[in-house]
Amino acid sequence: MRGRRSLLAPIAATFLAALALASLLAPWIAPHAETAIAGDPWAPWSAKHWLGTDSLGRDMVTRLLYGARNTIAIALAASLLSFAIAVVLAFAAATYRGWIDQLLSRTVDVLMSIPTLIFALVVLSALGSSVPVLIGTIVLLDTTRFYRLARALAVDVMAFEFVETARLRGEGFWWFLRREILPNVSAPLLAEFGLRFSFAALFLSSLSFLGLGVQPPAADLGSMVKENVQAIAFGLAVPLLPAGLLAALAIAVNVLVDWHNRRDAARMAQAR
Amino acid sequence: MPPLLSLVLRRSAYALLTLVAVSVLIFIGTEILPGDLAQVILGQTATPETVAALRRELGLDRPAPQRYVEWILGAFNGDFGVSLANRVPVAELVGDRLGKTLVLAATAAAISVPLSLILGIVAALHRERPTDHAISAVTLAFVSFPEFLIGYALVIVFAINLGWLPALSTVREGADLTQWLRAIALPATTLSLVLLAHTMRLTRTAIVNVLSADYVQMAELKGLSPARVIVRHAFPNAIGPILSIVMLTFAYLVVGVVVVEVVFNYSGMGKLMVDAVSNRDMPLVQACGLIFSAIYIVCNLLADLLGIVANPRLLHPK
Repeated sequence: MRGRRSLLAPIAATFLAALALASLLAPWIAPHAETAIAGDPWAPWSAKHWLGTDSLGRDMVTRLLYGARNTIAIALAASLLSFAIAVVLAFAAATYRGWIDQLLSRTVDVLMSIPTLIFALVVLSALGSSVPVLIGTIVLLDTTRFYRLARALAVDVMAFEFVETARLRGEGFWWFLRREILPNVSAPLLAEFGLRFSFAALFLSSLSFLGLGVQPPAADLGSMVKENVQAIAFGLAVPLLPAGLLAALAIAVNVLVDWHNRRDAARMAQAR
Repeated sequence: MPPLLSLVLRRSAYALLTLVAVSVLIFIGTEILPGDLAQVILGQTATPETVAALRRELGLDRPAPQRYVEWILGAFNGDFGVSLANRVPVAELVGDRLGKTLVLAATAAAISVPLSLILGIVAALHRERPTDHAISAVTLAFVSFPEFLIGYALVIVFAINLGWLPALSTVREGADLTQWLRAIALPATTLSLVLLAHTMRLTRTAIVNVLSADYVQMAELKGLSPARVIVRHAFPNAIGPILSIVMLTFAYLVVGVVVVEVVFNYSGMGKLMVDAVSNRDMPLVQACGLIFSAIYIVCNLLADLLGIVANPRLLHPK
């Protein structure tokens, strides 16, 4: 069992690294341009089109590279942004307590009591789907989840004596954040970051699948499913390619988070 | 007042307060659009006079707080205004659709709740052994699958290749039970599979927690049979968390239906809301948003309360 698990994490890491590299280099390694029509619609797999073509005759390998690139870029931007915002807000709440903590925590409670997809639908109906609006919506939703965890962790750390010492020394907010809190909570926050990133990618693709996310002709793993749904009636599995790639991405992230958590737990057990 | 009653009242009041706050957010959310609704409906080419006329007709010339109060009071009486897309009262559009969504959600819950409880208990009993690892690995994968992947994979297998079930779940008026069951089978299965992973993991954690308690070890050391340990000692203490899990499942289902309804073209609330968002039919979006949020909040409240009722120790927080 141990052997299998220790094999799973390197596979996931290699896959993610390859996918990240491929999407970074998409404009140089893709056989065609993102929206170029390269052949007949729904051409079968061939030497010319390795994975066939889509509903408009665009090369599937090209679309998948760009789709992964767009999905990953937006999801990564959204999760990095919400991570930064949530960590600062949560640590501010834990440091100062009082009304700042109350205001932030109650706002987060209300935001979290709206189902995520419903919240996004309401916002998108008003502002329309553009990349900044999509990132903003996901950031708002993700920040609440990050905040909950980060605040709970930070409150725990603030109770330690070394923090009390720093407080008596008269250190400022940023010192607390960088030197006292962050080093002690980085492991669980990193795990949460992985889960939030995979949530953001799945969420964005769901919106695109509903026609409310990344707009055509740009590629996105979710909108590619929507564009090629008709193929299913002919018994072609074209829409399963982007959906499968998305699932593989999410599984790989989950496997790495799992591995990280186990390693961290083992480290903690050893330190004790 | 008995502590339980006062707690129920307090939690319910808090849930109601949350719902009011959520309704304000939804109202603001649909108000923040650039320009205003009249401009959006008529487009950029409309003359200022027609925009002003439509604004008056929609009541947009009155201040926002006044419109919010009118909207929320109307909503409590089942009046959500008139749909912009086809000028039909929103309540009429929503009523029938909500029923269909609840039927789909209930069917999915009826399949997935018992199944996930069984799998969760099996995994917990075999914890850290191959059966547990196998169940965990499969559910870990399913948690990561987007709903549309599971949905279309089922369609390809059961509707296209085997031809057993219809790919689209359009139920005609006056369909009998068999037709209706056939139509709902694939979307309900998709939802159940998505849910199964989540609820099974929660159940496993809940049971593992109970099984590691001292009184369970005591029961084992007394030499009771494993079945008796589970049924008499562990299960009663796991009822609270499990009931909570069931309610959270319902809460999740309410939202999970949206994508699945679109995949199978099932005419429920989720599809209604997605169409309303594409058409920028604001009154309809507001109504759907409020109803979905209300169901979600009530389910979460029930999960909370059931957990407390089943475990009275929570009545007296340290």
